[in-house]
Amino acid sequence: MALLSISSSRLYGLLVACGLAWTALVAYVVHDFGFIWYIALTDGIVSSILLAAACWLINNNLRYYQPGKGSYINLLMWCLSLAGICTAGCRWIIPYLSISTVYMHFLSQSLTIRFFTDFLAIGWMAMISMLWYSQQDHKQTEKRKSEAEKLARDAELYNLRQQLQPHFLFNSLNSINALIGFKPDEARKMIHQLSDFLRGTLKKDDQLLVPLNDELQHLNLYLDIEKVRFGHRLDTEISCDKHCGEGLLPSMLLQPIVENAIKFGLYDTTEKVTVSIRGEIEGNNLVIMVQNPYDPQTSRPKGTGFGLRGVQRRLYLLFARNDLMETHQNDNIFTTIIKIPQL
Amino acid sequence: MKSALVIDDEPLARMVVLEYLQAFKDQIEVMQECNDGFEGLKAIHQYQPDLIFLDVQMPKINGFEMLELVENQPSVIFTTAFDEYAIKAFEAHAVDYLLKPFSKDRFNKAVEKYLAQVPAPKQNKQTEELLEAVSQSPAQHERIVVKTGTKVKIIPVSDVIYLQADDDYVSVFTQEGSYLKNKTMNFFEQTLDSRYFVRVHRSYMVAIQQITRIDPYEKDSHLAILKSGAKIPVSKTGYVKLKQVLGI
Repeated sequence: MALLSISSSRLYGLLVACGLAWTALVAYVVHDFGFIWYIALTDGIVSSILLAAACWLINNNLRYYQPGKGSYINLLMWCLSLAGICTAGCRWIIPYLSISTVYMHFLSQSLTIRFFTDFLAIGWMAMISMLWYSQQDHKQTEKRKSEAEKLARDAELYNLRQQLQPHFLFNSLNSINALIGFKPDEARKMIHQLSDFLRGTLKKDDQLLVPLNDELQHLNLYLDIEKVRFGHRLDTEISCDKHCGEGLLPSMLLQPIVENAIKFGLYDTTEKVTVSIRGEIEGNNLVIMVQNPYDPQTSRPKGTGFGLRGVQRRLYLLFARNDLMETHQNDNIFTTIIKIPQL
Repeated sequence: MKSALVIDDEPLARMVVLEYLQAFKDQIEVMQECNDGFEGLKAIHQYQPDLIFLDVQMPKINGFEMLELVENQPSVIFTTAFDEYAIKAFEAHAVDYLLKPFSKDRFNKAVEKYLAQVPAPKQNKQTEELLEAVSQSPAQHERIVVKTGTKVKIIPVSDVIYLQADDDYVSVFTQEGSYLKNKTMNFFEQTLDSRYFVRVHRSYMVAIQQITRIDPYEKDSHLAILKSGAKIPVSKTGYVKLKQVLGI
């Protein structure tokens, strides 16, 4: 496998070196049989060039065409015929360059062994090329796949964040519309709150970890707006000491949880509703608990709503853990607890 | 002089309607403002208003569910912020509706349209059709709202054991008893999740999780025995459907 991880220019250098060594080897062997160096070298060079051409051919062939599982037999045929051509080439070309009856005799007698060594060399080349190119292919697929995954993840995070509800926006605008008539100052204030909130949502980078204090500040804008709409029914309690205010969490993570709490709190009961948010540092985790009343008779928090599923998914994508969020329902209180590991 | 109610869970939203209504104070008198569907029902019962301004999204029971429970339906102008199902239904069934935030001009148009129309019994039918159309929205599939006497009962669909046709009504059977709902069997067959409810007979629909046994009965028919002990007739076609859903 070490061979497969080297760069292609080094691989080609290696192959050229192999070709030179092959020429030297053939020349030496032929010389060893008692022929003069001129004949031996001619033989070595010609047979090596032919072999190199065959290797180049098979390599090139495999670059553009990877044989399927069933077509290895084709590859074998290719190797055999290329070896045959090389051998035949030696048989017909070398005699033109060095005329010697003894050598001619030697040449025709060595054809079988030449054929088989050529076949082995070409086969070896075919194998190397196949491994090389399939490895190359594999690498590219892998790269594409990881890029696609990254894109999908980014898109998913983006979508999870973009679930700002149009319902909320239109109702807020409607409240402003009402306030303009008789409390223009409050209307103005609400416009500022709403724009600060929207700007905050747009600006935030999902990947970023922000201190809980910042997140709570942003959340307060949202809660203030909801209080203008439902002031007569909505109360909020936020507790978070100085220490845990510095704890880090992914930005906009709390938003859907609190939205969910408000939705179930306000839409499933007709009484006054208190939504509480409590932060604590526990060991190495920032633990945040959000509670809201709900009515088990009418509501349907089937496990987790969509907003909460999104939170869980985000925590999983960011921390690769599935145990960072839990929900409990008892005594008409719905509790969501999230843990954020502090790195 | 027409009487009217404003039903919305946001005080500021009600205020807008009241403010805009000032222009019509010689023609329309607001009897009461209501904070939710329950108050709305009570007030409708009490005042029998000619017109109501009704928000769709409200706590516990939404505007449509509330309307289902009203017997002599008044004319309705819906007000809603955003609800794709509702808007689709409004567009198909020409009851007027206002999308929040709405302008004074738009509001005036809606009210003038109401004032101009000849009091027609047609309105009731329109509202009924609207409610049928709205029932396609997913929120309506999870609970059934019924009225027992003066009380409103919200039945989560998961509590329903079976449904039985009863003249023009359908009886909804739960652990706690049965409730009449003025809808047809076909309506429930369309709206309830077909993975959990099967119309096993012309007059019966069963929650399949409640079935403990299916016994052969007379020729071509079966009896489904439920956990509660109830025995529900299963017709030939009902048996085929049941087998399909249960995967046997």
